[in-house]
Amino acid sequence: MKRAAAARSAETARAFSALGDATRLRIVNRLAGGGPLSIVRLTQGNAISRQAVTKHLRALEHAGLVRSRRAGRERLWQLEAQRLADARRYLDRISDQWDAAIARLRAFVEDEPE
Amino acid sequence: MNTDRIEKKVLLKASRERVWRAISEADQFGRWFGVDFDGPFVAGEPLSGRIVPTQVDPEVAKLQAPHAGQPFAIVVDAIEPMQRFAFRWHPFAIDPALDYSREEMTLVEFLLEDADDGVLLTIRESGFDRIPLARRAQAFAANDGGWAHQSRLIAKYLALPA
Repeated sequence: MKRAAAARSAETARAFSALGDATRLRIVNRLAGGGPLSIVRLTQGNAISRQAVTKHLRALEHAGLVRSRRAGRERLWQLEAQRLADARRYLDRISDQWDAAIARLRAFVEDEPE
Repeated sequence: MNTDRIEKKVLLKASRERVWRAISEADQFGRWFGVDFDGPFVAGEPLSGRIVPTQVDPEVAKLQAPHAGQPFAIVVDAIEPMQRFAFRWHPFAIDPALDYSREEMTLVEFLLEDADDGVLLTIRESGFDRIPLARRAQAFAANDGGWAHQSRLIAKYLALPA
């Protein structure tokens, strides 16, 4: 159980470091907007080479954020939704804390005498 | 997908002055937030304090009790009377086992606007993209039980009639 949790934590850390790059975030957003996409399509509109896009996709794949499959002569890339959900969780937690703090602020300014 | 900021808007049925004092005066802020500050908020100055159970909700206070006495620190960024109060901090950094001092801080802003029935308050926290990624992952790996528990209590709290 503990080992499973530790492994999961390590996976999550990989997902976060893979996302800590502006180009990779752009690729992820692009795939979120309409995947699966080929490398050629992903390179369009980006000021970087196909080789660079491929390198970023491999890093994202290693982190479990995207996966690919062969389709004829090209490879199509798509998002792994679960990993991205994990990456969102950190902000969700902070967001929950603010919701709780706001509830207390509301009680304080609306109900309590000064 | 915005990973850099959180924004909350809430309509508070109270006067603008009441809301302004609740967020911009250290002792009032401390009463609802659950922190005992060592002095007043001064723009540009760091301020330390300690976690204390909130005075406005017994259930949440019970939850905060294990953290009581833990150090808490902010750096006041701006005090623009009746409009905007801002500080920097390590977001909800209450795990005593971790050293947050060398990490980037986020910016928390409270923005006040008049609304029909009171005050529209916007709380915006930004700068998450500068926090080390491994640290973000660690934050919820370490605190999983506590956070889940707190979320349930909050849900219960919010379901109470106003």
